[in-house]
Amino acid sequence: MNDLLRDLAPISSAAWAEIEKEARRTLKLTLAGRKLVDFSGPLGWEASAVDTGRVEPVATPPRDGIEASLRRVQPLVELRVPFELSRRELETAGRGANDLDLAPVVSAAREIAMAEDGAIFHGYDAGGIKGIGPAADPATLTLTDDFARYPIVVAEALSKLREDSVAGPYGIALGPRCYTGLTETTTSGGYRVFDHVKRLLDGPVVWAPGVDGAVIVSLRGGDFELTVGQDLSIGYLDHTGETVRLYLQESFTFRVLEAEAAVPLSYEAR
Amino acid sequence: MADSDENPSAAPGVLKPQTIDQHRAITSLREELEAVDLYDQRVDAAQDDELRALLAHNRDEEKEHAMMLLEWVRRQNPVMDEMMRTYLFVEGDITAAEEAETGGQSPSGDTDGSLGIGSLKG
Repeated sequence: MNDLLRDLAPISSAAWAEIEKEARRTLKLTLAGRKLVDFSGPLGWEASAVDTGRVEPVATPPRDGIEASLRRVQPLVELRVPFELSRRELETAGRGANDLDLAPVVSAAREIAMAEDGAIFHGYDAGGIKGIGPAADPATLTLTDDFARYPIVVAEALSKLREDSVAGPYGIALGPRCYTGLTETTTSGGYRVFDHVKRLLDGPVVWAPGVDGAVIVSLRGGDFELTVGQDLSIGYLDHTGETVRLYLQESFTFRVLEAEAAVPLSYEAR
Repeated sequence: MADSDENPSAAPGVLKPQTIDQHRAITSLREELEAVDLYDQRVDAAQDDELRALLAHNRDEEKEHAMMLLEWVRRQNPVMDEMMRTYLFVEGDITAAEEAETGGQSPSGDTDGSLGIGSLKG
């Protein structure tokens, strides 16, 4: 048994399977960063940091005449979202039920996915993560609710990437406002703006509920690195006669290796 | 280094550096396993006891090399990682491990708890 203590949970294998299936389904739908950036790992729960290859001079060396430097590493951040399930509901899985109420699992999966994507795209200072947006050129292209103009903005962003010698293919993470607007808007010729944007990119158009605005990134590789220690896992906390408390957990960090390989598109301040 | 190491089966510029490195590792892994196979045959064929022991020793070192490469591949490739976690070190019928994985019959103790999400790119 590992640190997740799953064997201590009063949950049948059939119920575990339903819980995991629901969590996996929500995570794969909601996680956007993993569809666009490089993935390294999983390195395991024991992994604590990523080597950056850099050092900082130490102001006070141990003895005169000695130069001291401190290795700089980027620590992994642990995210954990506890949730509670009804034991009575879980017991129905053993009787063959396949419609368990697993809303808390969905909610927890969505929360942790949004947190991971928030760190990837917008940064998480307290966790030592500088996201794609904060690392990018501050001259961000702006969006409006005139969705018919999106192909023009996307074309400008692609020109900027090419001018910076950043090769494609390119992908885009669209926040909910952008995604909905693009799918609902058609050009005067009846052509969906969403499809127009997709053709310009020659890469995936990703629904990204954790993104505010949109971000265009190069998929050539080597520019953005998500390092995962323990990949998203479900562990056991405790239980009563009525409920069992579990948690969804991961450890990770994210590094922008080539900031020019992304162009954030943000909405004008209202 | 063999030609195929530096010239995988795709046009230049198409492959990502990560894919090319994985190609190098997989090629090396294949070579190590082929060496194990050859040594096995030579151990059987050798008439001299000392030579037979030496060949067996060398063969087992190739196994060590192969496993080190396999571990490297696992760390780079989330799907490979998931498959290894499903099929390696299981007891009994290996095909039963697949049924347990896909049919949800796996008790909690048989898994490390990871949902196996990994990379969703491509």
